[in-house]
Formats: sequence, structure tokens, C-alpha cells
Amino acid sequence: MLEDKNRIFQNLYGDKGVDIASSKQRGDWNNTKEICLKGKDWIINEIKASELRGRGGAGFPTGLKWSFAPKEISKPHYLVINADESEPGTCKDRDILRFEPQKLIEGCLIASYAVGAHKCYIYIRGEYFKEGENLQKAIDEAYKKNLIGPNACGIGWDLDIYIHYGAGAYICGEETALLESIEGKKGQPRLKPPFPALVGLYGCPTIVNNVETIAIIPTILRRGSKWFSSLGKPKNTGTKIFCISGNVNSPCNVEEEMGVSLKDLIEKHAGGVVGGWENLKAVIPGGSSMPMLPKETCDTIKMDFDSLIKEKSGLGTAGIIVINKDQDIIACMARIARFYKHESCGQCTPCREGSGWMWRMLERMRKNEASREEIEMLEEVTKQIEGHTICAFGEGSSWPVQGLLRHFKKEIIKRNNFNPVVSKNTNIPYLVDQHLLEK
Amino acid sequence: MSIKKISKEQPETFEFTENNLKLCEDIISKYPDGKKQSAVMSMLYIVQKQNQNWIPLVAMKYVAKLLNMPYIKVYEVATFYSMYNLSPVGKFFYQVCTTTPCMLRGAYKLVEACKEKISKNQNEISDDGNSSWVEVECLGACVNAPMVQINENYYEDLDKDKLTKIINETTKGQQPKPGSYKGRLNSAPEIKRTTLNNL
Repeated sequence: MLEDKNRIFQNLYGDKGVDIASSKQRGDWNNTKEICLKGKDWIINEIKASELRGRGGAGFPTGLKWSFAPKEISKPHYLVINADESEPGTCKDRDILRFEPQKLIEGCLIASYAVGAHKCYIYIRGEYFKEGENLQKAIDEAYKKNLIGPNACGIGWDLDIYIHYGAGAYICGEETALLESIEGKKGQPRLKPPFPALVGLYGCPTIVNNVETIAIIPTILRRGSKWFSSLGKPKNTGTKIFCISGNVNSPCNVEEEMGVSLKDLIEKHAGGVVGGWENLKAVIPGGSSMPMLPKETCDTIKMDFDSLIKEKSGLGTAGIIVINKDQDIIACMARIARFYKHESCGQCTPCREGSGWMWRMLERMRKNEASREEIEMLEEVTKQIEGHTICAFGEGSSWPVQGLLRHFKKEIIKRNNFNPVVSKNTNIPYLVDQHLLEK
Repeated sequence: MSIKKISKEQPETFEFTENNLKLCEDIISKYPDGKKQSAVMSMLYIVQKQNQNWIPLVAMKYVAKLLNMPYIKVYEVATFYSMYNLSPVGKFFYQVCTTTPCMLRGAYKLVEACKEKISKNQNEISDDGNSSWVEVECLGACVNAPMVQINENYYEDLDKDKLTKIINETTKGQQPKPGSYKGRLNSAPEIKRTTLNNL
């Protein structure tokens, strides 16, 4: 288990104050000036050396992303922080916004300086109104102490941080949809390329990062990339906040080392599965978009990007949803399919129509009303959506269904044996297919 | 995609109060010159706050004029995002999260409580004219499931009885304390805390 001294978010649960004075006691803002004065290249190289991978779901190396920002500044650069946390099972950014806002603000300053941005927008989902208010208070306090603003922290760099509220659209967590949303349009993703690092917000170079990624930057630079990369596994370094929800005795957020075993997380930190480990049915390891893992895999799986990819799943946002045997697994996935049907932005036909098809089929399967052919058809629909859309929402909506089919097909077949042939010779005047009636 | 119902009864006029106009100027100044349109989302939100929690069509036209953008673009935004109510809702607006993590911990029991205490169907205003409820998708408080958002506040770790009590208090005009109703500290484990013990 990770030692407390190696935890980055010391105030994850809100035991202590969030003002600058108490944040400084936790190490924030202590030598920001010295860090920045080492230069942009040093910062980017240090982040590259730490092998930090983005915490928003895709796991893209952060240092590499930053190095895509053009070196010569011809247009204004922007830094955009993605706090549109809406992935079912994930609630880590909320705690950072509430209890560690100074870490985020300091990270914004360092990242803006490294990528050459004078303006930083933090896109918070609309429902997190109170969290946004807290963050605004923290930003105002940082302005007052001249930690941000003109000549921020005395490093000769001007930085303004603004909050932009979303309004309840899951798709705005996709980076280009998020940029569209800030521009005051509906949040429909853009075609890539061009990537936001070159053509982003208002057509200017823009770096988009998750809240957690930015909030751990200052600590990495302060304690050194060697310290960070010594935690976790190679290529999957550092610590991560895991959100453990669902059928566990004590759901919680917890910061742990990457590569920690799933069983440890559930048994040690979350009080175990309701009804004991043997009562476990499946776990969704990384927010609802990631395919589920059956119990046999959960016994041994390690929680990091590469181990989970090997099991045909993914770490995603590390929102762990535990499902035990008391639950109807098909109903759980039907509800997730309904979520995706509701949240599809409607731009690409396969996703807009397919997400509804998947939901309706799963609903029929839940009620034991589907035919055997439909199970094959459902699989085909997921394949038709996956890879045929502008953004990754297509994968996000079809992967969980594929996960269900991969591990629980037998159960679906057992429950759904609906035979379309009408076997009883009843007089149904409106039935067109009279030939189906047995004579 | 979600379907939005636009109210058949629409007011004739809408104007921001002086305070809200000032607030809007502040918001517009956050964005670069010539990018006024970026403020449209915040403005619609302010409209909603000023106009008893919903946005009439005339207000969309008003916002369009204020931001120098076509009305249809404002309409597009207002119909795209789920937090904008285009028909009247209750003064106390209950949003019950029923996505899988909440569902696993009994969110549909909370829906029952809403059906019993507020109105039979969602989006229906209660008999006293003050409350309405709606089933929503993940509100991002999954480790505190099941939960309900009432206006801007999160009420977490609920069950049917607790929510019934909260609804009773809210209807009486008292404001129940937001946060966890299991007596635990935010998202810390309820039973045995394993981390950050020696601070």
C-alpha cells in the first residue's frame, strides 16, 4: 500500500482548510518561482521523464502533448482544463475542485507557462455549481496574493484563469466538443486533424488537460520526476485517484499507486464487496465506457493502463463500479446503454441511431423478450458503431455492451429464448405472416 | 439524444434586471474581443435563475440581440444542453440520478419517494405548485450514491426515508443541510478509513 507521505492529495477528504495559507502547509506554491525559472524546456522534459499519462481517460503522455504546442507564438495560446466530469462511476475531479483548488491553480500557472498560454479556461460541468463557486473563491484569493494575474508569482508571465460552466452535456468532456462549447455553440465534436494543439479554441493553439493531470504537475516538479516514476510501473507511473462505487460496503475515493491490485482496492479501502468477495459478479474498471471484467479476472488484475488493455478493457478514468450477484447484470448494462442513448450528440448517424438500438435491445433482453438472433444482431450493431464516428463516444457506448456479450453471453442466451414462430394455432386476424402458423 | 419540450405558454416579454445585466457584462469580459458568443451559456443560465428556473423563447431572442448572434444559434444551444429547462419547473427542482452506480445502490427507491411526495410523473409540477422532479443521468457523485440534486445542492448517501424527510423540510421552506446523510466526511470511506490517517 502507498504510504501517506507519497500521496499527492493530502486533503482529498476535506479534513483541512482550502485557503492559500493551509494549502501552503501542504506544500503548494512553495517554490513555484524557482520551478518556472528553470525554463519551459526543463518543465516539459521533466514531465516527459516522469512518464505521466493523462488522467482524463485516454492516458496520452502529458509531456508529449505539451511539446506539440508551437514554439513560436504567432497567435495567442490557450490552456483549457477539462473539469466536465460526467463519466458514470467517476467523481475524483469534484474532490480536487472542492478541497485542493490551489494545486489545480498552481498547475494551471506552470502548464500555461510551459505551453505559452496567457489565458486559461476551466470548463466545469454545470451541475458542479457549488464546486465552481469554491474554485472561484480560490482563484480570487490567488489573484489577491499575485500568484496569478499580471507578472504571476514574480516569474514575468501574465496569466488569467476563467471558469466556464457547462450545462449538462456528457459529450462536452470530449476535448473538441468542449472547445465548441466554450465558443458558445452546441457541443458537437470536431473532426481531427487538425488537433487542438494547433487549431483549438478560437482557431488558436490549445492544450486541453484533465483536472487531475494538471493538479499533480506541481508536486511532480517539486519532488522530481524520479520520485514520481519510482511509483507504479514502467510506462504506468505515479499515483491515481480511484473512485470505488456500487456494491461495496464502504464506497470511497482513494489515492493509490498505479498498478495496485483491484482486489486490494475493493477489499482494503472500500470495505469489501457486499456479501463477500465470492458474491462478486463483475467490475467495470474505468468508468462506464470501459468493458467489464468478470470475477475470475478481478481476482488477479492490476489497475494500470497496460494491464487492463491486455484484458480487453481499460483504466479510463479509474471509476470502479462493483456489481455483485444480487444485481441483474443485463439491467445494469441496459441502464448504461440508456445513458449513452441520452447523451449522444446526434452528429454521426451510427452513434445517434445505434445507441438507441442497443438500449432497446438490452431492455428486451432484460425482460427476457429477445430472440436468439438478436444477440448476434446486438454484437453486429456494436461493431457498426465502433470506429465509425467522429469522436470516441462510439467506442465508449459500444465497448460496455461488447464486454457484456463477451463475458455473460451464456446468461443472456439462457434468459432469452423467445421464438418468433407462433406455435399455437390461434386466430390472429391482423397477423400478416399466416404461413408462420402451424397448421 | 434527449427530447426537449418547449412550453406552449410563453410570456410576451423578458428583460434582465440591472444586476444581472452587470453580471453579464462581467461574463462577456472573460472572453476575447469579438467572441461575445462564448457567453451565451452563462447568459441562458442567468435567464433561468431570474425566470423561475426556466427559459422562455422571448428570452432567447433577447440574449441573441444582446450578444449579436442569430436567434437560431441561441435556440440550438438552449435545446442541446440538458440543464436548460424550456418549460416551467418547480421552484424546488429535484434531479434524481439513476445511472448505474446510483441504481446499484437503490436510486429507484428515491424515485418512488419523489412519486409519492411530489408528483406522479416526472416534469409534473406538484399540487402546491412549488416542486417538480426529473430523472437525470450521472451527476458525478458516484461514491456518495444514491443522491439527489435540489436546485444547486447535492444531497448524498440517501435512502427513501431520508429523502422523504428532506422533501418535507424543503416544501416547508427550510433548507436541509446538503452533503452526505450517512454522517461521513465527504468521499472518505464510511467504515474504516485506510488512508490519510496521520495528518
